[in-house]
Amino acid sequence: MGTGAVLFISVFIACVVEAVEATTIVLAAGTSRDWRSATSGLFAGIAVLAAITAALGPAVTRLPLPALRVFVGALLLVFGLQWLRKAILRASGHKDLHDEEAIYRKQLAAAAAAPRQRAGLIPDGYAFTLSFKGVLLEGLEVVFIAITFGSNAKDLPLAAIAAVAAVVVVALAGLAVRAPLARVPENTMKFVVAVLLTTFGTFWGAEGAGAKWPGSDTALLVIGPAVALFALTLVAVLRRSGAAYQAKPAAAEVR
Amino acid sequence: MAGKIRAFGAFAYDFVVGDDWRVAVGVVAALAATYWLSHAVKAASWWVVPAVLAVLIPLTLWRAVRKG
Repeated sequence: MGTGAVLFISVFIACVVEAVEATTIVLAAGTSRDWRSATSGLFAGIAVLAAITAALGPAVTRLPLPALRVFVGALLLVFGLQWLRKAILRASGHKDLHDEEAIYRKQLAAAAAAPRQRAGLIPDGYAFTLSFKGVLLEGLEVVFIAITFGSNAKDLPLAAIAAVAAVVVVALAGLAVRAPLARVPENTMKFVVAVLLTTFGTFWGAEGAGAKWPGSDTALLVIGPAVALFALTLVAVLRRSGAAYQAKPAAAEVR
Repeated sequence: MAGKIRAFGAFAYDFVVGDDWRVAVGVVAALAATYWLSHAVKAASWWVVPAVLAVLIPLTLWRAVRKG
């Protein structure tokens, strides 16, 4: 598999996960409140994200490659380790599984209880804000992943295409079913993304700091499986520790 | 205004650093050690980040499990 394909698949999977979460929030806002306001919030969120991407993308790519790699590698590593920590805790039963249906029900209940308030041209300010915040916060992660992966792999357009493709696929699926995309194996995908972020963060971060990896780029083929194996071993150890509580699928956490 | 800056700072901290700041500190320390080994000592340094992660990940998980 070529570097381009690896870049595309990595960014696509990571962005699908975030897009599923944003879709759940927009669907909850639209179904329980007002579709026009929720859609306005969605487009406003996308507009802000586009502005952030337009400002950050060129700025990041102007950095010299070693500085870029150490900076982006450190960010990816810290970010990836956050994901890996959560993924291992979820897989071992120490943290509730991420459940889009439960999150959707919780968002619906909260939205139904809030009073309706008109805000200028927007019929329902609550639906607009809920949708806007959901798209912006989840979208920031999409932008972050696309820019960091794309700039490091020196192929920002391909990373952007992968991110947009992921968002479009999930948005179309969400529109088609008009329900949370609960069938997407989100917990497994999050685990895979955590391994990918940690792998690329380790490789680029160390390389940017001056390390020479044995085998150059092929070291990624060792680091990735090693991170995955280590994470799976930790899951097994934590499961056996006996301290695990039964994971309830009724997760209340959005991230 | 100060409240908004504080709120943005809190969001940025949560977005990047997350639940355990020790992980971020460990990553920065590992990259600094890699830089030092590569440039000052001129020794092989690729192993530093993986070695730090091998300690850091179990440690942060252990803290999370202990906290419940």
